[in-house]
Amino acid sequence: MSKVIHLKKGLDINLQGVSEKVLIAAPLAQEYALTPDDYIGVVPKLLVKVDDTVKAGTPLFFDKKHPEILFTSPVSGTVTAINRGEKRKILNIIIRPSEEREYEEFNVPKTEELTAESLKELMLKSGLWPFVIQRPYGIIADPADTPRDIFVSGFDSAPLAADFDFILQTSGEDFAAGIEAVKKLTPGNVHLGLSDESHSKIFAKLEDKVQIDTFSGPHPAGNVGVQIHHVAPVNKGETVWTMDVHSLIFLGRLLKTGKLDMSKVVALAGACVEKPRYYRIISGARVDSITAGALKPVKEGRSMRVISGNVLTGKKIAEDGFVSFYANTVTVIPEGDYYEMLGWIAPRLNKFSMSHSYFSWLTPKKSYNLDTNLNGGQRALVVSGQYEKVLPMDIYPVYLIKAILAGDIDKMENLGIYEVIEEDLALCEFVCTSKTDVQQIVRQGIDLLIKELN
Amino acid sequence: MLRKYIDKIKPQFEEGGRFSKLHSTFDAFETFLYVPNTVTKSGSHIRDVIELKRTMSVVVIALLPALLFGMYNVGLQHFRAMGMTDLTVMECFGFGFWKVLPLIIVSYVVGLGIEFAFAQVRGHEVNEGFLVSGMLIPMIMPVDAPLWMVAVSTAFAVIIGKEVFGGTGMNVFNPALLARAFMFFAYTPYISGEKIWIAGMNAGQTVDGYSGATPLTEIANSIAEKAPALNISSSVCDWIVGTIPGSIGETSFIAIMIGAAILLFTGIASWRIMLSVFAGGYLMGLLFNAIGLNAYMDMPAYYHLLLGGFAFGAVFMATDPVTGSQTGTGKFIYGLLIGAFAVLIRVVNPGYPEGMMLSILFMNAMAPIIDHYVVEANIRRRNRRLKKATK
Repeated sequence: MSKVIHLKKGLDINLQGVSEKVLIAAPLAQEYALTPDDYIGVVPKLLVKVDDTVKAGTPLFFDKKHPEILFTSPVSGTVTAINRGEKRKILNIIIRPSEEREYEEFNVPKTEELTAESLKELMLKSGLWPFVIQRPYGIIADPADTPRDIFVSGFDSAPLAADFDFILQTSGEDFAAGIEAVKKLTPGNVHLGLSDESHSKIFAKLEDKVQIDTFSGPHPAGNVGVQIHHVAPVNKGETVWTMDVHSLIFLGRLLKTGKLDMSKVVALAGACVEKPRYYRIISGARVDSITAGALKPVKEGRSMRVISGNVLTGKKIAEDGFVSFYANTVTVIPEGDYYEMLGWIAPRLNKFSMSHSYFSWLTPKKSYNLDTNLNGGQRALVVSGQYEKVLPMDIYPVYLIKAILAGDIDKMENLGIYEVIEEDLALCEFVCTSKTDVQQIVRQGIDLLIKELN
Repeated sequence: MLRKYIDKIKPQFEEGGRFSKLHSTFDAFETFLYVPNTVTKSGSHIRDVIELKRTMSVVVIALLPALLFGMYNVGLQHFRAMGMTDLTVMECFGFGFWKVLPLIIVSYVVGLGIEFAFAQVRGHEVNEGFLVSGMLIPMIMPVDAPLWMVAVSTAFAVIIGKEVFGGTGMNVFNPALLARAFMFFAYTPYISGEKIWIAGMNAGQTVDGYSGATPLTEIANSIAEKAPALNISSSVCDWIVGTIPGSIGETSFIAIMIGAAILLFTGIASWRIMLSVFAGGYLMGLLFNAIGLNAYMDMPAYYHLLLGGFAFGAVFMATDPVTGSQTGTGKFIYGLLIGAFAVLIRVVNPGYPEGMMLSILFMNAMAPIIDHYVVEANIRRRNRRLKKATK
């Protein structure tokens, strides 16, 4: 085992509703959807129309700027609706699944004959390419690039996030095949970041095949961006790629069978879930296929929020919304749309704070039922030193945020914008006394960079 | 009940309502009574329960021991100067309470009034920053400061020191200290000398010949008279307990330390700044001991930390997160220099017996430069890495 990188900064938020390690096969959802908004910066151009029949792996749309990047259907069935919003923006493409699952057949090269080019082509055609994310910017990688390295995080440290050790119990071999294959894509290393508590047997088998980096410490230790920063940071002009565990499982399967099988194990978690557990679903499933009957009854006058993803970075979806493309967790927590009398001065023993002006730091083991209340109003930044405590990177987050707000590209570059994406600063947003929308600002800055520099 | 009433009158304060011009004021009171029902819209779905109201109220709580002792001390000093020594703690406190309360009211009414007005014009929510400044201002004033002067100083500090920069969070100088500095330079006789630290002394209500000088003034006098030794009428013990003349909140080292404990326990104030201010003052004191040109320089270094506004400034003023350094390393440098400059001004400049105020204000101005160099170092690290990578 390699040297462990100890991260001290960060914050683990103990929430109620951790998923029990029981796997349930979810029934086929009534509908599946692809949501173009899941992919940052993609302008979709449709390849199907309503009433078309599609197979799993049939392309539904492509990206206007990169026509070679296809976005494919996760299931076979019929396109029942293409929902549009303002200015005819495509919101999502809905597919009603057929009883029989039919697959597009892809030509898989033999393992020995696999080259970077043939692998890229296979991933582009099958719709797995959108899983390849590049740093800087956190957008879908340009297939024409050659990345310095490829990074994969083998654990998710976010609150209530799915446990990859558990997920890999059933699909470890596929994962191993996938991660070995992507070695072709880079002249550098494939890095697999593990927690010092990771114990999946598959990781041990990969030890001499990929570069394993081990981390210990609180969230965001599992964020691939934090891992890159400590292993081999991204400099200006360099590109690295990241992939997640699920995508490598899909790739492994595709290489083995020639079919796109996007079934994945997600955690259903959160204080509003009766029995939080793991479910096997197909990517893009309507969320009520797993939440129906699984949620606690809501109190009168109150409501709950369904989040595709974790509580820090996930996306709010409707109760009949769709699990997003990259999500490994579905979290359901209570909405905080209520008034609390003199709450700011109350002891609030059941609420969590990093600040020692509350008492939660005295009971680190206790788990909390946190809701979506903003807990205050937006203010100018007053308190200093708060963000730094939860960002285990050699970056001054407040100065970076201010450079972004000022639109100063040189400063942003100098202060390390190439090394972060939203999720890396999500905890800064959580702890912020002034309730600043840090993640939104980071994305704003990255968008500005892309616009100005390309 | 109350909630229902607020919900009933709320529409009148919203856009188009009868009192829509008072929206910010209504919002300030509503959010004071109830944490609003706003939910997260973008980014993290859950948020820490810390908010500025909490932060500020912790500081106000931390100020209370010093304030309460200050009130008692105002009474104690007053009656002592009148030659009455047999009064109880409560009598002293009662006298001080009624002396200090008007100052607090004036400071809050003027300051908050301006804050509310600016928030309203800007259409912002009212920022909680002045809750602390409004308490600090009376505590660093002499008890006999005329109320209108306190009002003018407060107005100056809030408008010129804060609102022109954009309000709380944008200001360069600590507003409370700015109020004191304004008073100090505009109405010098009312905030320096020997007669203004004890209630009623200027009005001649005290025994003739009773000295109302603070220990620092006594020291300055001894130096001015070229006395071979420092003439101080109070003991170290008095300084620690705080039964000496001085600004209302600054005299008791113990009470301030209770406040410091609250601030450090809750993590609201930066321990880096607090520790390094004391360290800076002590080291500078030691340096003067080594030079040893006069009796002041030979004074034990730790005296400086107990005397005057040093402790109060270190705990409550230097640690202001907005006007202080904001980087971890910067905080150490910032604090050390505050402590060092305060002692330097005291010892070397006979015109100002107390150096803390000027030292902190000066370092407020320097803090962005310190931070700039700390951040530059980070940028250089990143660029070095880049160079290594491109080689």
